Amino acid sequence: MQQEVVLALLAKEPSTGSRLRARLNDALGPLGEAMNDGQVYVNLSRLEKTGLIVRETSRAGGRAYQLTPAGQERVAEWLTEVSWPKPDLAEFHLKLVAAAQAGLADPIGIVDAQRRELLRRLRDAGRAAMAEPDDSEAGLLLEGIVLRLQADLRWLEACERRWTKQRGK
Amino acid sequence: MNGSDATIVRARGLRKEYGSGEGLVRAVDEVDLDVARGEALAIMGPSGCGKSTLLQLLGGLDRPTGGELWLAGRSIDRLSERGLAQLRRHDVGFVFQAFHLMDELTAQENVELPALLAGRSPREARQRARQLLERVGLADRAGHLPSALSGGQRQRVAIARSLANEPKLVLADEPTGNLDSGATLEVLRLFEALHTSGLTLVVVTHDERIAATADRLISMRDGAFVDETRLVGGTTGSLGALVGLEG
Repeated sequence: MQQEVVLALLAKEPSTGSRLRARLNDALGPLGEAMNDGQVYVNLSRLEKTGLIVRETSRAGGRAYQLTPAGQERVAEWLTEVSWPKPDLAEFHLKLVAAAQAGLADPIGIVDAQRRELLRRLRDAGRAAMAEPDDSEAGLLLEGIVLRLQADLRWLEACERRWTKQRGK
Repeated sequence: MNGSDATIVRARGLRKEYGSGEGLVRAVDEVDLDVARGEALAIMGPSGCGKSTLLQLLGGLDRPTGGELWLAGRSIDRLSERGLAQLRRHDVGFVFQAFHLMDELTAQENVELPALLAGRSPREARQRARQLLERVGLADRAGHLPSALSGGQRQRVAIARSLANEPKLVLADEPTGNLDSGATLEVLRLFEALHTSGLTLVVVTHDERIAATADRLISMRDGAFVDETRLVGGTTGSLGALVGLEG
């Protein structure tokens, strides 16, 4: 997880590490389990070292993290940056090409194995999505996972068609 | 429990052909299939692969050209017309893409209808329909005509209707084909709840998302099964890894 995520979640108001963690859990639902508490605290201490946040003792005695002006600037910048995770399709594509070329494995078999795995993931993601209430933030993230898996499965179908045709030659 | 009790559907060498000579089409080509009681099975494949034809054979809506077919231990491949009608009425529930509700009947009356046709008393049919509408979360819509319901609600009424005579098996053909993603989720949640309560379900679809809710997935091409995947048992990785939350 990027430290900017932690930084941006502090933009509304100062927060303790544990409250931050709880907010992340709300937004991520069942996916939050994959993230360990350490990640949040490692990010907080890095952000503190680089001067993007400071720790303050509140009147109630809790230790809350707060953005510095530099931190606020970084958040504003980050929100306008365009970034998108890159699925690594080239590796799988080249695996099929190499397998066919070397005659070491049947590309169709590789596609089948991959499809089974993706279908199982789709099942898990679909079930997790079904378990979320309609207005849940985490439900929206799960929907994204479901749609990406569906896109990957469609691409695997195209791979299968292509390599089936190739085999016939 | 003996074999026939645990197996709801059993097909051996099941065939359905149309036309003859040069124009012969093998819509279902020597299919072997076992569906266990309480199992949710999905059949996927491109349009024209024979999946809907297969579903119609399983439900007695159509008659096989050859092969053998049993439903809950009873041979049904050579039933008379009357026998098939009985089978459709009592043993199998159907859910279709286009809902197939009667437009001029209320939700409640639509759900009552199969029970009345099966010879139950009006009172019994009414009671059963009320229970079923409650089960699909539409008790408060019982008096609505289908036209006053959303797509997802109509399909839930259709699912309630499919259960009217406590079928041994529910067959669904593209049950979410006409629905948006929110309504699809409604229907999937309902199927999931029914599956958990022990219903045996066979769903034909081209939507991976629907298929992935099943226990087992069969891929069909040119009338035959080409791949089978058992989906229960979970993945090797966690969901978090899919969105870059791990590591």
